[in-house]
Parts: sequence; structure tokens; C-alpha cells
Amino acid sequence: LSREDFQRIPELAINPLGDRIINAFFPEGEDQVNFRGFMRTLAHFRPIEDNEKIKDQNGPEPLNSRSNKLHFAFRLYDLDKDDKISRDELLQVLRMMVGVNISDEQLGSIADRTIQEADQDGDSAISFAEFVKVLEKVDVEQKMSIRFLH
Amino acid sequence: MFLLLPFDSLVVNLLGISITVLFTLLLVFIIVPAIFGVSFGIRKVYMKTLLKIFQWATLRIERGAKEKNHPLYKPYVNGIIAKEPTSLEEEIKEIRRSGSGKALDTPEFELSDIFYFCRKGIETIMDDEVTKRFSAEELESWNLLSRTNYNFQYISLRLTVLWGLGVLIRYCFLLPLRIALAFTGISLLVTGTTVVGYLPNGRCKDFLSKHVHLMCYRICVRALTAIITYHDRQNRPRNGGICVANHTSPIDVIILASDGYYAMVGQIHGGLMGVIQRAMVKACPHVWFERSEVKDRHLVARRLTEHVQDKSKLPILIFPEGTCINNTSVMMFKKGSFEIGATVYPVAIKYDPQFGDAFWNSSKYGMVTYLLRMMTSWAIVCSVWYLPPMTRQPEEDAVQFANRVKSAIARQGGLVDLLWDGGLKREKVKDAFKEEQQKLYSKMIVGSHEDRSRS
Repeated sequence: LSREDFQRIPELAINPLGDRIINAFFPEGEDQVNFRGFMRTLAHFRPIEDNEKIKDQNGPEPLNSRSNKLHFAFRLYDLDKDDKISRDELLQVLRMMVGVNISDEQLGSIADRTIQEADQDGDSAISFAEFVKVLEKVDVEQKMSIRFLH
Repeated sequence: MFLLLPFDSLVVNLLGISITVLFTLLLVFIIVPAIFGVSFGIRKVYMKTLLKIFQWATLRIERGAKEKNHPLYKPYVNGIIAKEPTSLEEEIKEIRRSGSGKALDTPEFELSDIFYFCRKGIETIMDDEVTKRFSAEELESWNLLSRTNYNFQYISLRLTVLWGLGVLIRYCFLLPLRIALAFTGISLLVTGTTVVGYLPNGRCKDFLSKHVHLMCYRICVRALTAIITYHDRQNRPRNGGICVANHTSPIDVIILASDGYYAMVGQIHGGLMGVIQRAMVKACPHVWFERSEVKDRHLVARRLTEHVQDKSKLPILIFPEGTCINNTSVMMFKKGSFEIGATVYPVAIKYDPQFGDAFWNSSKYGMVTYLLRMMTSWAIVCSVWYLPPMTRQPEEDAVQFANRVKSAIARQGGLVDLLWDGGLKREKVKDAFKEEQQKLYSKMIVGSHEDRSRS
């Protein structure tokens, strides 16, 4: 699959974050994704079942754990993949979401306020741990899961 | 050498006799009823027998799969994932509600908003509403055609024998029959309309041309073994009106035209289609466009208006979707035909895919391949509903009128009513839609700034 194949889906093309989501499928520097890669990315969205929480505490975490789901969302914000969301990155993603409807100053102040609230170690950027802390009450399991009918 | 000669003539004699017999049968059972519009009911019996065989075949496959413990592939008509139809605002509010304990009436930006877009995007990658309309519908029970079987494994001897028998019947018996009929139908159409074209204009010419058209379409209908049920025939289109229908294949034209008299609209093609088009125009006025004129919408609209205003001319047949859709949904109607202001007679066409899928996937099959596929299916079964006529109300514009007609057709035919454009089959979606989504979201965030400036 290439990027153009994804862009041909109309409902994805009108999603403001469509390009970021498509990017999430392609590993670093590659332009094609095969079925395995496709599956790995989609596996993040498998609903968490109760019995999975009990078993496998010592093994590697399954792809659809809460932490991995949060990581997926974090990667959508983190454009240069340096594990930090800087003010510029936040601004860029915000710009994608609102288009031309909000001025730069307003957007800037929104970004500043968000970083202020989330930042705990004072580096003016949001690290993954800070991201997790901000979202600890959000029902990530339910919001980032897609159930198959059968 | 000499021994072969009497044998030869025997073979030739046998061949001659069988062809004569075939032709007489053809004539008696098919062409003559077609001319008079009567039916022997052979096709209905055929359909019932086929249905019984299909049910048996499906049960057999399911039993076989259970015995061997193979996973069965079941196609889902309503999509493969569970979707909740909530709007942007509701979803984002819910995410924020579970996240923070803050008051909800001051809208602001939260990091968790991204979950909504992310999930929506991934859902559409898994299963979306638009691209699946451009490929053939998946059936729930098998119809003995290998082209629709996804479980193609050896299940039982009886099933394979039945399938083999089916192939034999379809390719060796039905196919030549249908090709012969189609050939007869088309040649009669061309010659008939040319002959009628030489007559002077008048009632006699109209009468004859209508009947020549009708007769040839009926022969073509039998050429495809199409079993059509017409509902509400009292609402059939009248002169000076426009007939709109949902579009699944070029066969739609034949199906509708064999039950009424229409004037066709379309591009001038070359080749066989061009010959047919030119011949038809001689007998009664159709509206054919040059390829260059199609791009000029005003010219098209003007010609259509002229045709519609002349009350003696037949109603126009138009397919406003612009392209073939796979008969599970109705896509956006182009507003051109609704701007003219004539009475619109909507018609809903629904095919039963069990006997043969009539959808023309024009990016996958060419016209000839498509016709061959049609002629080697069991039959084409469809229902046609004539809906009561509609006119444009003074307070609605062409787009709203088009949507109203579209909803009526979708409801009657049991199809999904979509707002997406059929042109998306080949082109990319316009950016305007993305901007709408962005506007909606920004309202949620900007609202907070308006409140702040007030306080």
C-alpha cells in the first residue's frame, strides 16, 4: 500500500488529521506498507479484554495496551519523533485541525496555555510521561478501540 | 475417402435439421411473444427452480464447512466494524468529560481531542461508506457461479457435479441462445427505425416508431433473460416530463424502455453504438450530444428544456448519478436535470444479485466483457417501482429538490441514501469538505475566546 491508496478514501481525505494518520502506518523513511505493517498499526485499536490484563505480566506488552494506545496518539502530535511535543509541533497540529479559521495569535495562546498546564519539568515541551499524566482520567481504552462485528 | 462422403452428408443433414428446429423454437417461444408483449411464464418457473437449487447448495456448503472445521467467510452487508453515529461535538465533549472535571460550557482545546480524529480516521480505513459502493455487492448465499464463491473448496461430489452442470448449461445452451437473440434484436432495431424514418412525420410514424422500439427492447430483455417486476405502473412517465432513475448498468436503459416510450439522452459513441444511435434518431427525436458539448452545461440544459417543452415529444430518461453504482446505495444526484423545471418522475430499480450481478465495474471490465458476464449469469432479476411525480417547490433550489427525489428513490428501493458524489470513483474529493470539518472544530475552540473577551 502506498500513501495514494489511503488518500483515495474520501472520508479519510476530509479528516483534518488524515495525513498524520496515514503517516502513522509508514515506518521511518519508507513509502510502502505491507500487510503485516498494516496489521501492526491497526492492532493498536483492538479493544482491551479483561482476561488480557491478568495474563502475560512478565512478557512484552501487547500492542493494544493503554500505554501503547497513548503512545500512538503521542506520535500523532510529535512530528519529528524526538519524544517531545514542542510548542511548534503543537502549533502545527492545531493548524491542521482548525484550518484557516483561527488567527496565529489565538492559536499561539492556546498552544502556550496547553503546554503550561501539562509541563511539569519546565522544559516548555510535553514529554510522554507528562502526556500520560494529563490524560490519566480519559477513558482511552474505550475511545481508541474499534470493535469488529461477528 | 468415399466412405466419408455419405457420412458427411448425414452430418450436414443433421446439422441443418437441428438449426431449423432451434430457429423455429426461438421464433415461437421468444420472438413472437416479444412482439405482442405476452409471456409464457417460462422464465418465472426457471427462477423458482434456481432459487430452490441455490438454497440447497448453500446449506450443503455450510454443512461441509462445519464438518471439516473450515472457517466460513460470511460477508456483512452493514459493515464489519461497530460504528456509533455521533457528531463531532458530542464525541469531543464526552472525551473531555471523562478526562477532566472542568466545567463543560467553556469550550477550550484539550490534548485528548485528538482521539476523536484519530479514531474516526482509522475507522474509515477499515471500512468506509464510499469506496465499497464501487465494487460488486457480496452475496450471503452462493449462486453456483464461481465468480461469487469465496469458499471455493471441494465440498461434496454432488455440489461439484451441480456446478459443472450449471457451467455447461450456461455456456453451451444459454449463451448461444442469448447471443442469437441479442443479434436479432439489435438488427431489427436498426432496420426497423431506419425504415420508419423514411415515412413522413405524423401520427402513423410516431405509432410505428414506438412499437418498433418496444418490440426490439423486449427481444433484448429476453436476450438477457431478464425477469422484471413492475410496480405502480399508473405512475409511468408522460410526455413533457423527465424520468430519473438510479444507475447500476447500461442494461437499466433496456429494462425501462421495454415498458414505456422514452427519449434517450447521451453522448454520441462510435462503432456499433453510434450506428444504433443514428438509426434511432431517424424514427423519433432523441437527444444525442457531441462529446465536446457535454462539457458545456448551458447548452445541454437548453437542449433538454426545448425537448421537454414540446409536449408531443417523449419523456426524457436521465440517470443523474452520472456513473454506475453497485445497487446498494444511491449517490449524489447532479443538479443539472433538476434545474429545468419540468415534472420529474422518479423510478427506483433494484436488482436481485442472486441470479446475476448487473453492476458494471467500468474500471475492471470493458463493455464486451461485461455483456458476456451478463449473458453467462443465470438471469437478471429486478424490480422497478414507478414513484409518483414530483415538481420543484418554490422555496427549494435545485440541489434540495435533487436530494428530495434521491431520498424517495432510496426509500422505495431499500437502498442507502448517501450524500457522496459518484464521481469520487475516479477523482479525489474536494478540499471544501475538509474545510467544513475544520470550521466545525474551530468553533469549539474559538468559542472560548469569544467568552473570554466578553468577560
